Formats: sequence, C-alpha cells, structure tokens
Amino acid sequence: MTGHVSPKRVYYAIFASLMVLTAITVSIAFIPLGRLNFPVALSIAILKATLVVLFFMHVKYSSRLTKLICGTAFFFLLVLFGLTLSDYLSRGWYTAPGGTTGAGTRVRIGPAGAAPGER
Amino acid sequence: MPDGLAAHADLHGHAHDPALQHHFQTLDQQHEAATLGMWVFLVTEVMFFGGLLMAYLIYRIWYPEAWAEGSEELSIALGGFNTVVLITSSLTMALGVRSAQTGTPRATVKWLLITIALGLTFLVVKFFEYKEKWDLNHIPGPNFIFEGRPDLAPHLEIFYSLYFGLTGLHALHMVVGVSILSVVAWMAYRRRFTPNWYTPVEISGLYWHFVDVVWIFLFPLLYLVDRARQVS
Repeated sequence: MTGHVSPKRVYYAIFASLMVLTAITVSIAFIPLGRLNFPVALSIAILKATLVVLFFMHVKYSSRLTKLICGTAFFFLLVLFGLTLSDYLSRGWYTAPGGTTGAGTRVRIGPAGAAPGER
Repeated sequence: MPDGLAAHADLHGHAHDPALQHHFQTLDQQHEAATLGMWVFLVTEVMFFGGLLMAYLIYRIWYPEAWAEGSEELSIALGGFNTVVLITSSLTMALGVRSAQTGTPRATVKWLLITIALGLTFLVVKFFEYKEKWDLNHIPGPNFIFEGRPDLAPHLEIFYSLYFGLTGLHALHMVVGVSILSVVAWMAYRRRFTPNWYTPVEISGLYWHFVDVVWIFLFPLLYLVDRARQVS
C-alpha cells in the first residue's frame, strides 16, 4: 500500500470545520468592523484553504519536498502581492523638494472617482 | 499479489509488482514522484490565478465603492449554496481517494460519481447566475448598464470583468475536473486501481481540491465585499 490512509472521521471533521467556517465568514461579513472586514474574511479563507491542503490534499503526511513545493506557491504569491502593493499603495506619499512625484505616478487612492494617473 | 507477480516475472524475467514502472525503484518512490509532479503543476496554477487576484486587489483598493455596489448584486444564497456544494464535493473526492487506497473499487466509483454530480450542480447554479447578469445587462461591454449608480458604471465594469474572469476561469477548471473524473470513474469501474497503484485517483483528487481552494477564496472576495455597510 502506498500513501497515507486517513481515518474517515478526520475527513468528516475537516468537512464540518469547513462548513462552520463558511457560516462564520458569511455572518461576520454583515457585522460592521470597518477596515477589518476584509482582513477577517481573508484570514478565514486562508484557514479554510489550509485545512483543505493539509488534510484533503494529504500535505500533512507528504514528504518535505512536497511541502516545500506547496509552500513555494504561497511564498511567490506573497512576493507578487507584496512588491506590487508596495508600489501602488505608496504612490504620492512623498514629493521631492522642488519637484513632482514623477510623471504619472501620483495616484490618489481611496475615494471613488479617483482615476489612476490623475494628478 | 503473488499471482500478478509471478505472471509479470514470466514476461520480463525479473520479478516486481506489476504496478511498479521500471524507472522507479519502489512503489513509494513512484507515488512520491507522481504527487510531487502534480504539486509542481498546481504551483503554476496558483500563479495563473494569482495574476487575476493581483488585479482584483489593486482595483478593489482604487474603487472600493464600485466593489461594494457590484458585490451587492451577487446572490449570497447562490454563492453560499455553491460553496457548500463544492466543499461537499471535496469531501466525497477525499473519500473516493481513500476507497481507492483501501482497495474498494465499488466505493471509488460511487464517490467519484457523487463528486461529478456535485461538480455539475455547481456549474448549473453558475449558469443561472450568469444568466441573471446577462438579463440585467451586467456583462461588461457596450451594453453595460448599472441603474443604481450610473456614475460608477466604468468602475463596475472592471468589477464585473474580474468577476467573470475569475469565476469563468474557475468554471473552466470545473469542466476540466468533471471530464477528468469521468475518465477516472470509468477506470475505477474497469477495476484498474489497486492499493499499490491508484495514481489517477490521487492526482485528479489533488486537482479537484485545488479548484475547491480557489473557490474558497473567490466566494468572500466577490460575494461578501463590504456587506456590513447595508447593516450600519
């Protein structure tokens, strides 16, 4: 026999947790938390995804190489988001004395109607 | 399986499990290579969806109001129902892989057919969601109309472009997944799998769970944007 065989109750427990977390994420979405609503929803999604990856996809019982490859995906996703947002979120923070922020870089972030590229 | 072993030994003049391919030394190594290869593919899939999610993130930061308005038009009931359907299909898929591991092919066929049925249910619900958007002229393009907030229409078109891009790509993966599972179910019906070799079940299972993980992110990102604003 190859591969780890999980007991059925593990699968049922993970399934139940995923259902509960789905119910929680829908309920919390209607509670006004201001800026926190988005991070909370994202954290619950990450928790759910982790459960699926570890137990349904057997990564918990896989070789360290498989774990590394799996981790690579999320590492590079963070690099993609992190580096890109460090640009988009920081635009217009600083203007050099006697100059502009640079051609086309000053983007107002936040209020609707602020089109990208608007000075 | 001594019989198979003997038969195989006759053919080749050397004895090993018939499920073990010649370029692997052990069944465990063969299993490891297959799952590792699938994971490498799934990493490329993460990057594939990652680009769209990056675009989603930037535009959501730029146009929060359009995101809230657009998301409100999506049905939490249908999206939530589909989430439940997909998570249930992940459970039946996991049980299908388990039944292949324990050598119960009848159960494998049963679980795979249930998984396929749940996948098709998801796609049917998705079709009716798209149909509604079509009827409301919420498809980005020259005929796009958003009656509630016409001033936000250009930004809402971006929201709906990403909605259709992300869910459309996800639905395409579901169609591919259902097709793959149909073949695997047929193989299970023909008793092709043993506890020593069930690679297609395991690999297609990984793919199916990955598609589930994508939806786990898409549901809150598209359906649950700023819903608290209606309450306050």
